[in-house]
Amino acid sequence: MSKGEVVLLDCWASPFCLRAKIALAEKGVEYEARAENLFGGKSDLLLKSNPIYKKVPVLLHDGKPLCESTIIVNYIDETWPSPPLLPSCAYERAKARFWSDFIDKKVFDAVCNIWKSKGEVPETAKNEFIEILKQLEGALGEKDFFGGDSLGFVDVIAIPLTCWFYAVEKFGGFKVENECPKFSAWMNKCMQRETVARILPDPEKVYEFVITLRNMFGIE
Amino acid sequence: MVKSDVKVLGFWPSPFLMRARIALKIKSVEYEFLEENLGSKSELLLKSNPVHKKIPVLIHNDKPVCESLIIVEYVDEAWSSSGPSILPSDPYDRAVARFWAAYVDEKWFSALRDIGSANGAEAKKAAIEQLIEVLVLLEDAFVKCSKGKAFFGGNQIGFLDIAFGSYLGWLRVTEKMNEVKLLDEVKTPGLFKWAERFCADAAVKDVMPETDKLAELKASAPPSS
Repeated sequence: MSKGEVVLLDCWASPFCLRAKIALAEKGVEYEARAENLFGGKSDLLLKSNPIYKKVPVLLHDGKPLCESTIIVNYIDETWPSPPLLPSCAYERAKARFWSDFIDKKVFDAVCNIWKSKGEVPETAKNEFIEILKQLEGALGEKDFFGGDSLGFVDVIAIPLTCWFYAVEKFGGFKVENECPKFSAWMNKCMQRETVARILPDPEKVYEFVITLRNMFGIE
Repeated sequence: MVKSDVKVLGFWPSPFLMRARIALKIKSVEYEFLEENLGSKSELLLKSNPVHKKIPVLIHNDKPVCESLIIVEYVDEAWSSSGPSILPSDPYDRAVARFWAAYVDEKWFSALRDIGSANGAEAKKAAIEQLIEVLVLLEDAFVKCSKGKAFFGGNQIGFLDIAFGSYLGWLRVTEKMNEVKLLDEVKTPGLFKWAERFCADAAVKDVMPETDKLAELKASAPPSS
């Protein structure tokens, strides 16, 4: 399965890095994950490989850098085509790209609006988050996965964000399972996949990490 | 011309609409263009793009495709046997093209808008400097992607040419209204010449809105737009 040297500049809690890791694992690609200390000072390699945004993840394939998680997952899918993440039909691919783009534009911002709230989380922030998940439920329909019978592109883009949901539930005082049972059922199906279960961090640890972030930003 | 049931919903000054039209022209696809009045969106638009309610929307055999860059990729794939490829064939080059297209939509677009919405001479000057910084980065991207050829995509217009080139009409308007040269023969020589070639290209020249018409629209729009 090796087609050259693969290095991932990584941060354990970043849902964007997790996307790349799940994609690589699904393809059976071996890689070296190098942890970046985002608070201590970014490595020279990161600053050189991603001078525009200076962010993780960065995938280095035989030394050539790729940035932006959705673009990285697309690259992994094209370079190691089996098993495919994107469907083969052009229209279905366009739909998958549309929902990936929607997730990129909406989900993490909504997550951050909740955990960054000072004091009680405003109803608007909670409702917006739930509304986004409901729209994704619409896109899922009756399928097991966004990709159909098995994990696909949109599933890989979406599932890493869910390890931040426990923190959101704690701060927001609600449960995704109650508000969006279909979405919750999809999360459980993904977690039954060995790659996902192995790679996603414990949501409790993410919650503790979020508390650390809040302290750093002086949020009470 | 390739016959097919294709409709495009759009608004004539939109750079995002232009992307869809250039892609369809490259692939010689006939389509019906339906002009939207953004003050009062059509039933068809609301039905085809219920999530964002925005143009452009491409409707192919009654199936809608939304988001301009996604439309361009779809056109490239759905009519892959017609005309040249729009995306590069190498996965790394594709990733680079997608990276810069996303950069254009995020950094370039907001920098261009900031000039329009800047209050006062100081703010305007700062906004212009910011845009020029973005252009210098794009100049570097042009040199790397084009590898000495005419376009980002090589000998022919490609994905990144379409993504960035579709803003040239509005760039010209901004230059005119602020009496400033943004694309500069000295600072951005590659992009300066590329812009002329892009606007003259057969796939572009009939769908590029006239700078004067765009300027009229801008002048008549409320101050905040």
